[in-house]
Amino acid sequence: MRRLRALEPLAWTGPAVVLIALVVLWPVVEMIRSSFLKINRRGVEQGFYGFANYDKLFDEKDFAEIMVRSVIWVVAVVALTVLVSLALAQLFNQRFPGRRVARWALIAPWAASVLMTAIIFKWMLDPEVGVINQIRLKLGLIDALGGASADQLGDASTAMPWLVFVAVFVSVPFTTYALLAGLATIPADVYEAAKMDGASRLRTYWSITLPLLRPALTVAALINVMNVFNSFPIIWAMTHGQPGYSTATSTILMFILKGSNIGESAAMSVVNFGMVLVLTVIFLKVSRWNKEVA
Amino acid sequence: MAVTTAPPATSHQHARPRPPGRRAMPRLKTTLVAAAAYVIAFVFVFPYLVMLITAMRPQSSLREATLLPSAWDLSSLTGFWSSGLAGNLMVTLKVAAGSTILVLLVALPAAYYSARHDFRGRTAFLILVLVTQMFQPTAMVVGIYREFFHFGMVDSIWSLILVNGGFNLAFAVWILNAYFSSIPRELEEAAFIDGNGRFGAMFRITLPLAMPGVITALIFTFIAAWNEFVVALTLATTPVNQPLTVALNSFIGQYQVDWQSLFAGSVIATIPVIILFALIERKVVGGLTAGSIK
Repeated sequence: MRRLRALEPLAWTGPAVVLIALVVLWPVVEMIRSSFLKINRRGVEQGFYGFANYDKLFDEKDFAEIMVRSVIWVVAVVALTVLVSLALAQLFNQRFPGRRVARWALIAPWAASVLMTAIIFKWMLDPEVGVINQIRLKLGLIDALGGASADQLGDASTAMPWLVFVAVFVSVPFTTYALLAGLATIPADVYEAAKMDGASRLRTYWSITLPLLRPALTVAALINVMNVFNSFPIIWAMTHGQPGYSTATSTILMFILKGSNIGESAAMSVVNFGMVLVLTVIFLKVSRWNKEVA
Repeated sequence: MAVTTAPPATSHQHARPRPPGRRAMPRLKTTLVAAAAYVIAFVFVFPYLVMLITAMRPQSSLREATLLPSAWDLSSLTGFWSSGLAGNLMVTLKVAAGSTILVLLVALPAAYYSARHDFRGRTAFLILVLVTQMFQPTAMVVGIYREFFHFGMVDSIWSLILVNGGFNLAFAVWILNAYFSSIPRELEEAAFIDGNGRFGAMFRITLPLAMPGVITALIFTFIAAWNEFVVALTLATTPVNQPLTVALNSFIGQYQVDWQSLFAGSVIATIPVIILFALIERKVVGGLTAGSIK
């Protein structure tokens, strides 16, 4: 009977542990293992391969460029997302008629599939009939539809900013909502006190709102770092990493390699994994998360 | 409706003029804030309006560079149900429903037990759940593919259900745990003493009180599985086994993209999700950031 009681927690939490182990932990182990194996195109293992997959990966012509681009991608998207969201949270925190409806509109990009949002933007950027190009034509930014200047996704220098824009567009809603939740926890009397002391608006925001918003900001930014680094559908649907590898990030490279050499692709995944870990640690260090939240 | 409310503000001002200045300022500010918020709200729903409009464009006016079509055609939306895409929508529905049920069955007991009982390994279990929440399937897609390749489960709907269930389990356990913890133990004990068994007390008292959390966890899992793309792109290899996201993405590679059908599918897949999400938005923010903000 006592034996049975000891097994009780296992009965309740066991299935969850098994599912996590099977679906989340096993693939991590499998991924690392595969990166050291020689695997043929049909997926059959052909023995230990040492670091050959890694050597091959590092020798890829565009590897260094892709890694640098991945880091810039994450930093740019997360930084812009945070800045835009801080402004939007401030705006949507004001009282005005129809606030609820306006806030609801923000939900759309968050709830909708990122892939579908990316496809719509690809369509809106269509060189001949895209809405964005129609607007650019009206604004005099381009001379005619259909030309090279209208083909924004055809060249890395114009495609990259659009990819960043879409990534920010889909990340802002969650971030704004998280910051709005953070703003709601700041008691009104703190602001009263600041007003009594004659603090200016900007000063109040900088010395009171921002520090008190820090926990929400940190968590939201952290979730964004993970999401953006692994963000795949946007680039995949809009440019496929092309032309060449000029808009590819490491996740795109991983997926392209998967079709030709799964061992090398696994090596890319492991490197990717390490990068996320490093970025996360740096981020937590920089934002001194541990000190603030405990 | 407006007739019965107070007379418009302008007539009031005319009746009793007062010098412009301090009293008028807040009204101007509110107007500006509201205007800015409405513009931003419009920007965020704009792509989805384009999606809807394109789905209703007649084939002949697809390549017209106009904001609105000269004629409307609903045949893409109505024809969706008899197209092959309806089958893909069914796959999406099965995967989303299957994952949701799996999460419910696995997360509910684990969250309940870890909220109500102190047992050896409880902290380890909760840390495991928290760490899992940080994992992204995209980063591990190679490992996931290798694992299911071993099991011979590539191209099976069950593998998609398992993966989606596994990766959304953490959020569900986390939010349910918080809900169960907030329900006083005494309520359950009172019901227990009143002659309900332990399970009776749980089902009659605790579970109904935790319903908002349960619903949030279920809708969240459902939407995540519904929108999932990368794992499905990797595992579902034959067209009939592909969820809608993967099927729609394969449109893009084709020489002649059938944008109306593509967007008709997107509209049908997106609208229910946005509505469902609007129901749980507040609790999702709390749930995603709950692990870190105290």
